[in-house]
Amino acid sequence: MSKAILYDATMCIGCKQCEDACAKQNQLPYDDKVAAETVQSDHKYTVVLTRNDKFMRRLCQHCEHPACVSVCPVGAFQKTPEGPVVYDVKKCIGCRYCMLACAFSVPKYEWQKLNPRVRKCIMCPDRIAKGQPTACAEACPTGATKFGEREDLVREAQDRIRQNPGNYIDHIYGLNEVGGTGVLMLSSVPFEPFGLPKLDRIGETPLPEYTGRVMKLMPDFIPLWGLILGGVYWVSNRREEVAEVEAEERAQRGGK
Amino acid sequence: MKIFNMNIKVTFWRILFVIIMVLGIYSTYVRYLKGLGAVSAMTDQFPWGLWIAFDCLCGIMLAGGAFCITGAVYIFHVERLHSIVKPTVLTAFLGYVLFIVGLLFDLGRPWYIWHMIIYQNLHSVMFEVGMCVMTYTTVLFLEFLPNVLERFHINWAIKVVKFIYPVLIVLGILLSTLHQSSLGSLFLIVPEKMHPFWATPATPFFFFLSAIACGIAMTIFESTISSRAFGRGLERSVLVELGGALYIIVMVIALLRLQDYVHRGVFMSIFHPSYEAYFLWAELVLCFVIPLVMLSFKKVRTNPNLLYIAALSTILGFVTNRVNVALTSMEAWVGYHYMPKWTEVSITIMICAMGFFCFSLAVNYLPIFEEEHKHASAPLDPAARIGDVPQPELVH
Repeated sequence: MSKAILYDATMCIGCKQCEDACAKQNQLPYDDKVAAETVQSDHKYTVVLTRNDKFMRRLCQHCEHPACVSVCPVGAFQKTPEGPVVYDVKKCIGCRYCMLACAFSVPKYEWQKLNPRVRKCIMCPDRIAKGQPTACAEACPTGATKFGEREDLVREAQDRIRQNPGNYIDHIYGLNEVGGTGVLMLSSVPFEPFGLPKLDRIGETPLPEYTGRVMKLMPDFIPLWGLILGGVYWVSNRREEVAEVEAEERAQRGGK
Repeated sequence: MKIFNMNIKVTFWRILFVIIMVLGIYSTYVRYLKGLGAVSAMTDQFPWGLWIAFDCLCGIMLAGGAFCITGAVYIFHVERLHSIVKPTVLTAFLGYVLFIVGLLFDLGRPWYIWHMIIYQNLHSVMFEVGMCVMTYTTVLFLEFLPNVLERFHINWAIKVVKFIYPVLIVLGILLSTLHQSSLGSLFLIVPEKMHPFWATPATPFFFFLSAIACGIAMTIFESTISSRAFGRGLERSVLVELGGALYIIVMVIALLRLQDYVHRGVFMSIFHPSYEAYFLWAELVLCFVIPLVMLSFKKVRTNPNLLYIAALSTILGFVTNRVNVALTSMEAWVGYHYMPKWTEVSITIMICAMGFFCFSLAVNYLPIFEEEHKHASAPLDPAARIGDVPQPELVH
């Protein structure tokens, strides 16, 4: 049901057409200077990295269970049923917890602005709603970035590795990372040097589960702890009242 | 010196206060006219800097005394601690207000801070912390209110507050338990980014326990400085009692920390020198070694000056701990060290100075330290102007 992107680094020629298309789609400036930048930023949502003649694209992973969605106190981030993780600036208060929580360090901030926004790839939700592929997938001349149903793309990625085992390392990045992501990646070289954390570091557990384990105790904890405190208060207060009355009685008896 | 027809005594602490305020106001100007990037060292790699680590995490921790002491006094009826309820409630109220002030600097869009009330994300730890802090600040305000009402003899209102006091106390402890620990839960979602020294699922417990320890330590600290500055502090017997309580809670935390390190198998790596290890050593020495060694001597626990040093060490230790959790532990993942800009630091110092200033004002004009206050102050002259009345001073 949910849409995804498959990026195959072995097919990428580093032409940066995706960067250009992304900038146009999101109305961001794009020129030679921006093209030369090798980090994702508030004005560059996707970047094609080069390392020893190998390419790697970085963009929002659009996690199946996104940390940013779970941590945002005002629900400015949402995972839509179609797959994209979108951001509503109208709700945002600027706490930047999303930036801290993201295992891929994707959300970027407008540090120089007075009413700053969080900026990241939102997987072209407007285009998806119209049944179109994302801007980057449409622009890619070699098909290295492919848009489609996540299940189909997972199957296709598995097929590609099976058919060409020598061409790929045996790992689909994003299949299980932090519970699975909406961007799947294939490569002939390890992903880690490109800033994509290793599976054994980030694990297969969806990140929201770590805080969810604590948060789900709250509905039980609050009434229970309140009751205990109230109970202890009542007992110790009552004990004092009784002691006072007894002291009074004793005084009266003594007075007789 | 005569300024605007007022006699203002020039002292070292007042000059320092003015310098801090001038620098802080300049940085405030930079913050709101040039943005967060210009005023702080925060970047996309370090979205949380000194303000979250110190102003927010430590501010709330240091204000944790109120819920421990009110709990002990009103829930468990430990009557001997009654005289410290007021100073701790004052500290906590100021601490939370200053936390909110700190947030107004740190949030990118502080003018939308109220969005938390209408756009609720129940899964978010941050939402829970926000709601708890909001409610608890109101509770602390009501707990603090009788001091002001007493000062102006508004007796009917005092009766109203006294009537709901038990509810306030229970609510205060409940909310504190929740958000003190939840500040630690904030970091549960980034185990992969944190150094193993601090990436423990027990972080919420440690945050809660350190709030208790620091709450007690802060009470000792404040009582000592206010007795030196204004001759108003706590009785020695109460201080001794607090020293004993501090000793026990720090001991408990030390044992639990040890257990946590052994359980997660990082115990031996503590002894290998590394960048993180140096910070951890600083934390452990200040949190545990100095206070535990000092407090184990009865001579220390009965000597206000030595007790003050032990309390100060505990406070500095747990402050280091929180800064380590929020910043040091992330540095290896990010790949460089977080170095706050001077403007960022100056805002933090300004907020602290405002705290000291408000505390000294309150101690001077409100019946906070009851016992000594009786003979310390004559009835206030309604015509008294700021320049004439005994001026509050900062720390001595």
